Amino acid sequence: MISFILRRLGAGIILIFVVTTITFVLTYGANIPVARNILGPSATEAQVAALTSQLGLDRPLIEQYGSWISGLFQGDLGTSYFSSQPVAAAMGDRLPVTLSIVVLASILTLVISTVLGVASAVRGGALDAALQAITVIAYVFPGLVLGIVLVYVFAISLHWVPAIGFTPIEESVSGWFASSILPAVVLAIGGIAALAAQVRGSVIDELGRDYVRTLRSRDVSEGSILFKHVLRNAAGPAFTTFSLQFVSMFGAALFIERIFALPGYGTYAFTSTIAGDLPAMLGVTLFGVGLVVVVNLLVDLATGWLNPKARIS
Amino acid sequence: MTTVDPQLVAQPALPARRRSGAFRRLLRRPLGVSALAALLAIVALGLLEPVLSIHDPNFADLAFANAAPGTPDWPLGGDRFGRDIWARSLAAINVSVISGLIGAGTGLVLGTVFGLISGYIGRRVDGVLSWTFNLLMTFPALVLVIVLYPVTGGTYQSMMFIFGVFLAPGIFRLVRNLVVGVRSELYVDAARVSGLSDPRILSRHVLYIIRGPIIISAAFLASAAVGVQAGLAFLGLGSNQVPSFGSMTSDAFINIYSQPVQLVWPSLFLSLLIGSLVLLGNAYRDVLAAPQGASSSSSRRRRPGEKAAAVDARMDRDDTSTPTLSAPTLSTTSPATPAGGLLRVRELRVEYPQPDDTLRAVVDGVSFDVAQGEIVGLVGESGSGKTQTAFSILGLLPPQARISANELSIAGENVIDSHRTALRKLRGSVIAYIPQEPMANLDPSFTVGSQLVEGLTSRMSRKEATATILELLARVGIPDPMRTFKSYPHEISGGMAQRALIAGAVAGRPKLLIADEPTTALDVTVQAEILDLLRDLQSEYGMGVLLVTHNFGVVADLCDRVLVMRNGVVVESGAVREIFRNPQHEYTQKLISSILDEDTVRTDLPVTAKDEG
Repeated sequence: MISFILRRLGAGIILIFVVTTITFVLTYGANIPVARNILGPSATEAQVAALTSQLGLDRPLIEQYGSWISGLFQGDLGTSYFSSQPVAAAMGDRLPVTLSIVVLASILTLVISTVLGVASAVRGGALDAALQAITVIAYVFPGLVLGIVLVYVFAISLHWVPAIGFTPIEESVSGWFASSILPAVVLAIGGIAALAAQVRGSVIDELGRDYVRTLRSRDVSEGSILFKHVLRNAAGPAFTTFSLQFVSMFGAALFIERIFALPGYGTYAFTSTIAGDLPAMLGVTLFGVGLVVVVNLLVDLATGWLNPKARIS
Repeated sequence: MTTVDPQLVAQPALPARRRSGAFRRLLRRPLGVSALAALLAIVALGLLEPVLSIHDPNFADLAFANAAPGTPDWPLGGDRFGRDIWARSLAAINVSVISGLIGAGTGLVLGTVFGLISGYIGRRVDGVLSWTFNLLMTFPALVLVIVLYPVTGGTYQSMMFIFGVFLAPGIFRLVRNLVVGVRSELYVDAARVSGLSDPRILSRHVLYIIRGPIIISAAFLASAAVGVQAGLAFLGLGSNQVPSFGSMTSDAFINIYSQPVQLVWPSLFLSLLIGSLVLLGNAYRDVLAAPQGASSSSSRRRRPGEKAAAVDARMDRDDTSTPTLSAPTLSTTSPATPAGGLLRVRELRVEYPQPDDTLRAVVDGVSFDVAQGEIVGLVGESGSGKTQTAFSILGLLPPQARISANELSIAGENVIDSHRTALRKLRGSVIAYIPQEPMANLDPSFTVGSQLVEGLTSRMSRKEATATILELLARVGIPDPMRTFKSYPHEISGGMAQRALIAGAVAGRPKLLIADEPTTALDVTVQAEILDLLRDLQSEYGMGVLLVTHNFGVVADLCDRVLVMRNGVVVESGAVREIFRNPQHEYTQKLISSILDEDTVRTDLPVTAKDEG
């Protein structure tokens, strides 16, 4: 088990390395006029050249890369060109905001998809129709539109929750919930549509399997067959779908943060990209890929726990 | 091997014909035709932009800032800079359509090309490509699209190209799996034997098959690209000279308190565009998945009951040529079994509802008895109704099956009126079941022991149940019971799995054991051992056994009496010795002679597909 985790972590580190390297080459190699952006149009060429050399941007690409990597091993992701804030610290401030809504959305997605998927697989009829309707609505209405509609209805018209801003959980749990729930719902709707359909399909498949009939022939209760045997076997494919949904929720959070004016990872990614803030952009990439690697590892571990065939000793 | 059946090679033409039919059927669906109409209407609005709008989309007149909808020459009003929302909407349609085409196009071309290569060429290439695309799939695509924004020069076209690269893995997997499936098809082999080159086979034969799924995916990919383009523009990534639903939404969002109506237009157009794409993809998928008459019904997965019914439907034609012999034959043989035996079945019928609301009988008036301590064989070929008969006695037929009988008595109790609940109570304790495919009949996620114990826990403590199962595992000939108990199904052999299932079946000390082809899926050497085990257990416990099989060799080996079924009716029944010596029915003669032709040990008919009865 430990060697499995280590191997997956190793593969993850290689992935992070590859993606950040590509990003580094593409961004640092793109000759973005960083010094000119910082100093503004009124600065002289000499001033621009001085700042370029001060930032080390006139060095060969490989040398810049070497210093970035060696900094990385010391836990130093560099300092933002614009805010002069260390990138790692900025990430530490921003990620909790994004994770708040993504984790809340994940919980909503998992719970609602399982309930809806199982219920519509077993009961069919009106519930099944309701699930189909939710799926269609979720796919038809873009998250952008859905987010705006929710803001308009629940924040602006009904005043149930604040329209913008974020309250950290350590400040006020109810405030945190009120500021996170709408963005989380917008994120979750897409995830629910995909995952509930997957759960429904897997449960129907599993219920038709021979082992279910044989368990019934041995007087195993219907409850145990559904919740112990069928659900466990159906969970494997569902978890794989969920891990992909998590990645896309994380991506969608970048837009959603903007609608709700949340000072999160997406806002940071956007502002540093617009400005051409290279260390910040690399930090954004590093954390984004790192988070995906960790989530995939967790999903792999869950799959291994659920499915003995996938277990690697 | 040198000649090729032209029919085989011509076969790929079939899906093509079907697909043009599929498009026509799409047009017959209200949802399909309205989604297509909406999509075409929106695209047309965009194309007609120069004709339909008076203003340039970027022309601003502050006098018309926040003008209300319906203002002359500003049909949808003005935005906060005084730009014509109608003109901007039309121009944004074009941007969205181009985004969809670039994003989906990139994903489709990359995914299809590499999917074809990976699926068709071979293992090593496949391994590398699959690994690469799986990796690509886990990338946080939007993060990278945003981070790489300065590199792309900020045009929405290049951003959509990058996003399209991240759409490719889904298509790659789809195409690869379809190609791997198609590659082994007969007609592709035939084409290869006839000397067609690989690229030709790929384009002529394989692309035909994967076209449908790709068209469906294209609609979904395009909708994703349109949505992401709008999202990026909403964030402010991209030129502000390019009108986009995203930037329009962003402009209007600032006015959400004062002019919420401005949000309606971009939201409406964007939802219509994305919605029509998604619904079109959905409708097309439904069209391809729906049954299209008899010719293509095999392409659709059916439930066992449906399949049985379909098999029966096919056999229905020669129903008239096979006289219903069950009643007269039975009257001559029933004296052999004592009245009030263990199992008494009279006029059992199993029917399945058909798409045209009629009922199709797969078991049609079957009557027989099983006495205590007796082994009765139920013989017939696939589709004869023998497994359906067995499952109706167990109460394990799919929910859509309709069961009726004059009598269905188990241990003297007629349960036909409430058979579903009554049989549930009897299962495990009075009636037990041994399945055909041992591996498919064990839950792969639980240890063998834990799932065998589970059925017993309603009657005894977990500890007692564990002891019982361990004892029985030893009894059925498993050398290391504790190890098998703790093993997962994939860790033991098929023969061991079948022994374990037999142990589980007899654990509740049943009076009646129903075995459905218990040796068919096993190796020939193991078959004889399992049959010996069944005989031993039967005499040890004094059980009645109903043995469903297509194999007269097994019947000769094990059974006291035999019933021969065909097309849902019993055509002949009697003592095994008599039937072998003097088979009356032509069908029985055929079944027996087909076995005696072969070596008596290897008596299995060459049936590879699962016998669904």
